Amino acid sequence: MDDYRSNINVWKEYFNLIISQKKLFITLFILNIVIGILDAAFPLFTRYAVDNFIVNSSLNGLREFMLVFIIIALFQSFNIYLFVALNGKMETIISYTIRKRAFENLQIQPLSFYDKKAIGWLMARLTSDITRISEIISWGFGDLAWGLAMMIAVAVSMLLLNLKLALITLTVVPLLAVVSIYFQRKILSAQRKVRKINSHITAQYNEGISGAKTTKILNREEINLLEFSNLTQSMKAASVKATLISSLYIPIVIILGSIGTALVMTYGGIRVATNTISYGTIVAFISYSMQFFEPIRQLATIIAEVQSAKASAERVFFLIEEVPDIADQEEAVEKYGDFFNPKKENWPEIKGKVEFKNVFFAYEDGELILENFNLTVEAGESIALVGETGSGKSTIVNLLCRFYEPTRGEILIDGINYKDMPQVWIHENLGYVLQSPHLFSGTIKENIKYGNLDASDEEIIEACKLVNCHDFIVKMEKGYDTEVAQGGSSLSTGQKQLISLARAIVRNPKIFVLDEATSSIDTETESIIQSAIDKVLKGRTSFIIAHRLSTIKKADRILVIKDGKIIEEGKHKDLIARKGYYYKLYTNQYIEEKSREVLSNMPSET
Amino acid sequence: MKEVKTLLKFMKGNIIAYLIGMIFVIIAQFFAILAPLVIRTTIDSIIGDELITSQIVVKAVEVFGGKYFLRENLWIIGILIIAVAVLRGIFMFLKSFLSSKSAENTIKALRDALYDHIQKLPYGFHVKADTGDLVQRCTSDIETIRRFLGIQLVEVSGSLFMISFVLYVMLKLNTKLALVSVITLPILFTFAYLFFTKVKKIYQEVDEAEAAISTVLQENLTGVRVVKAFARQKYELVKFDEKNRDYTDKAYNLMKILAIYWGCSDFICYMQIGLLLLFGSILALKGQISLGIFIAFTTYINMLIWPTRQLGRILTDMGKAIVSIRRINQILDEPIEILEENHLKPVIKGSISFEHVYFEYEENKPVLEDITFTVKPGETVAIIGPTGSGKSSLIHLLARLYEYTKGSIKIDGIELKCIDKAWIRKNVGIVQQEPFLFAKTIRENIKLANPTIDDVRMYEAAKIANIDKDILYFDKGYDTLIGERGVSLSGGQKQRMTIARIIINQCPIVVFDDSLSAVDTETDLSIRRELKNRKNKSTTIIISHRISTVSEADLIIVLDNGKIVQRGNHKSLLKEEGLYKRIYQIQNPIDHI
Repeated sequence: MDDYRSNINVWKEYFNLIISQKKLFITLFILNIVIGILDAAFPLFTRYAVDNFIVNSSLNGLREFMLVFIIIALFQSFNIYLFVALNGKMETIISYTIRKRAFENLQIQPLSFYDKKAIGWLMARLTSDITRISEIISWGFGDLAWGLAMMIAVAVSMLLLNLKLALITLTVVPLLAVVSIYFQRKILSAQRKVRKINSHITAQYNEGISGAKTTKILNREEINLLEFSNLTQSMKAASVKATLISSLYIPIVIILGSIGTALVMTYGGIRVATNTISYGTIVAFISYSMQFFEPIRQLATIIAEVQSAKASAERVFFLIEEVPDIADQEEAVEKYGDFFNPKKENWPEIKGKVEFKNVFFAYEDGELILENFNLTVEAGESIALVGETGSGKSTIVNLLCRFYEPTRGEILIDGINYKDMPQVWIHENLGYVLQSPHLFSGTIKENIKYGNLDASDEEIIEACKLVNCHDFIVKMEKGYDTEVAQGGSSLSTGQKQLISLARAIVRNPKIFVLDEATSSIDTETESIIQSAIDKVLKGRTSFIIAHRLSTIKKADRILVIKDGKIIEEGKHKDLIARKGYYYKLYTNQYIEEKSREVLSNMPSET
Repeated sequence: MKEVKTLLKFMKGNIIAYLIGMIFVIIAQFFAILAPLVIRTTIDSIIGDELITSQIVVKAVEVFGGKYFLRENLWIIGILIIAVAVLRGIFMFLKSFLSSKSAENTIKALRDALYDHIQKLPYGFHVKADTGDLVQRCTSDIETIRRFLGIQLVEVSGSLFMISFVLYVMLKLNTKLALVSVITLPILFTFAYLFFTKVKKIYQEVDEAEAAISTVLQENLTGVRVVKAFARQKYELVKFDEKNRDYTDKAYNLMKILAIYWGCSDFICYMQIGLLLLFGSILALKGQISLGIFIAFTTYINMLIWPTRQLGRILTDMGKAIVSIRRINQILDEPIEILEENHLKPVIKGSISFEHVYFEYEENKPVLEDITFTVKPGETVAIIGPTGSGKSSLIHLLARLYEYTKGSIKIDGIELKCIDKAWIRKNVGIVQQEPFLFAKTIRENIKLANPTIDDVRMYEAAKIANIDKDILYFDKGYDTLIGERGVSLSGGQKQRMTIARIIINQCPIVVFDDSLSAVDTETDLSIRRELKNRKNKSTTIIISHRISTVSEADLIIVLDNGKIVQRGNHKSLLKEEGLYKRIYQIQNPIDHI
């Protein structure tokens, strides 16, 4: 479940990101060189001071000397400033870009994607994993490039200076390579584990916080903590192990480097003693060998970090590269736009005729839910779906909304196969009210506006009056500007359903889908808004799934669904007369219906 | 500082290991300095002919057989170089082991404490909690602390050692020049401290901006169905982008501040070197110091000034860590519920009495007023009334999720406030109105309150809740994994799962908070029958709109605006003119079709 394709080419993605910032990257690279050269130049000042002032016993030119020193120091400090600032720029831009891309791709994933992914996992990818990658790309790669350049330059100088000595020094390089490859693998697999547990921890926090109320009621705090503690325990073990592997790698590189130096010293020293090479050469050589292994040590450190970040990168890039199961066709996007750039001017206006033509559908687990399903709904018709849980009524609605697509067969809106249009086309014309009403944090007004961003205050109030939530909203201290806590928790479930109804109404959609939309609304209110809903639905195509038969009764056509098939269909009266499945269902629930009606008539004020 | 105290509290038991790690940093540092010294001495004095000045080095050379022997046998020095590197490596490795182990121990303790604390925060906190923000604190802030402890802070000792050692050597060589060499250090430190304060302020903003991203993200993911149904992808992207941009700007701003600090502190360091060159040249010229001392000082200054700069950098990083600890402390400072106050844990039979109970969330906004009623063990009480009438609040009081403001609630004659919260909740099983399932298997979800319950009872509970057939319909049956919010189940299925989850516990008191309305009449009936027929009958409280459910209750309470407006049982209410009678009159459906 917590899978990622390991064949994602992380290096290619890194490369592309660097290319996207190539100016910055090149500037940083040049800065790196300038800083390196100046750093190497500072000892020259000491030598100059010794040679010209002390040895010569003269202070002539001291002022100029100090002036040059200050200028160089200023210049170098400025370089350092630039280096940090530009690295910071690169880091933040890259993290911004990746995060945006990941979020964008998340938005176009179909619901089936979310069925399988825990929110916390996705959050971990979009936060900590991205932070790691952008850090390593901006800071690591500049140093990596610099270290490599340095290493090559020194190697070339050594080879030019003395081939034999150079080869001796370089004998440890293949060994270094072998060790490095071995450790890179180790580090990556250790880090993969760490990142995986990390996302589990994020998920646990997310679930623990979202489900805290349930935990409390079930008195499950201790067991939860125990489970969480096991997770943090394995995180601890995995992290320590990952650190140990990295911190074993660096010392080994240092030791191998020292072997290189020792070889030069032993071999070169003998040659000096036998006068085969000059004293100067050996001195130069030893300092070269130290200069050669220093960047290698740095490289090793960076590579270890890059490798750690690779585990994060795999997770993030997997998310970015994930191709949605339901995707808009290219021609459709070209002509009609997509989620982010809808070309509404080209859209054919939806009247609301819906056809299911020989539709087959199976969820991913393979179970066939719909088999050769056919249904034609005229524009403006209201359809009620009745049936037991698992009968397929939710599937029909999910397919209509294109949250899922038929496995075979087609669904036509106004005669157009909806696969020939972008998804946004149908969604923009949809008014969908769910059983569990999710509200976003923000004010009540903002939440209703979610249905129609252009809705005026008057329209919002009108919709609220229609669904009878205006009164309780204005009773609140800040009225429509009352902040709704996350998930709307400060409101009762019934109140949330009313607000989400208003949200769908301001949308003024062509097709309405009410999925148990009024189940938690109290009796009194429900009966009041029933007529309002009827009014709203008039002239629009609507699909209603409801438990309450009062909601269903007025539908133009009632479909009784069983095992993915329509077993009865018709108007309420006809179905009752038929004395079939619907009749049984209706009489069973009639008592409840009537009782609710009476309850709704009770005085609300005492 | 409070933040340091917090850190020390969680480091408890790991401080010694951490300190040893710090000492190992010093030892590794020592070997790191030793290696070039060995190489230089070899080049200068073994291969070359320079005289060795240091007595220690002279002795060391003698130990290894003297200058000429070594010159013939340079492999000895080669081995020495390798040995030094090996020793350095060993101590580096040990340092990493100790520091990462103590850091990870500390972080584990912090993570567990946070998780535990959050779930013990009162119900009222969670009603308003911003999940995304909390998650960000628990993950991102913890990570900042982890890095500071595991990677940065431990290196402080190395720098400190270097600075004091070099300072000591300098003072021994020449006091005057030593003083000149440290003249800018106070400036460097003041500067670092100023930036430390500044970074704290800015990092706080960065961190909060990151939390804002986390909130938008969490809400977007939680409400994905709404986003899709309303085709608000673009809107969400714009919203996210705004937060993302804000965070990016602030993070970049922080980097710019750090860049200024780095640039300036480097300049101060260079100036220190410049000053040494200036005064050193003058003093050397005046004959107050030898050329050798001057050259030594120019080497030492680099070993002094850069570690000092490094300390400054760590200090500014500490600013970040302190902000993170502060944000975590904000959570830890929220008062939690004490679940076990060592009060009573009586065996609960199930009689409940409310006597003149008042309750308000906010002052002078009463939610419940003068609630009085009594239920005997095994009886059923039904509560009906419009939304907002206080039905759920009444249940919350019974489970001590909130405390009543006035009056008295008694279970088996014992005042509720005297019984441990944990004990009450163990005995009062509430089926919530909005079902929440965990990302676990169905089995685990049903056995949520007590994982050790045997399967037979689970099958029973599932059967009563009429979810058993649904479960067997899944390929993996009871081992089917449910999505984080039970995504793959329908609303009705989720509700029945939560009913099974409560039934399995056989609590003496069971509460249905408008949760039976989502199941069909037959399931409703079978659930109520089962509760009645149990050997130890549960006292049942049912909030429902369904009259068939209500009619069988021993006591029916009609609640409106926080007050009881009607009460009685089926028979007595039928004799009154009022609501119940009117319901009864239309009981026969066939007449009305």
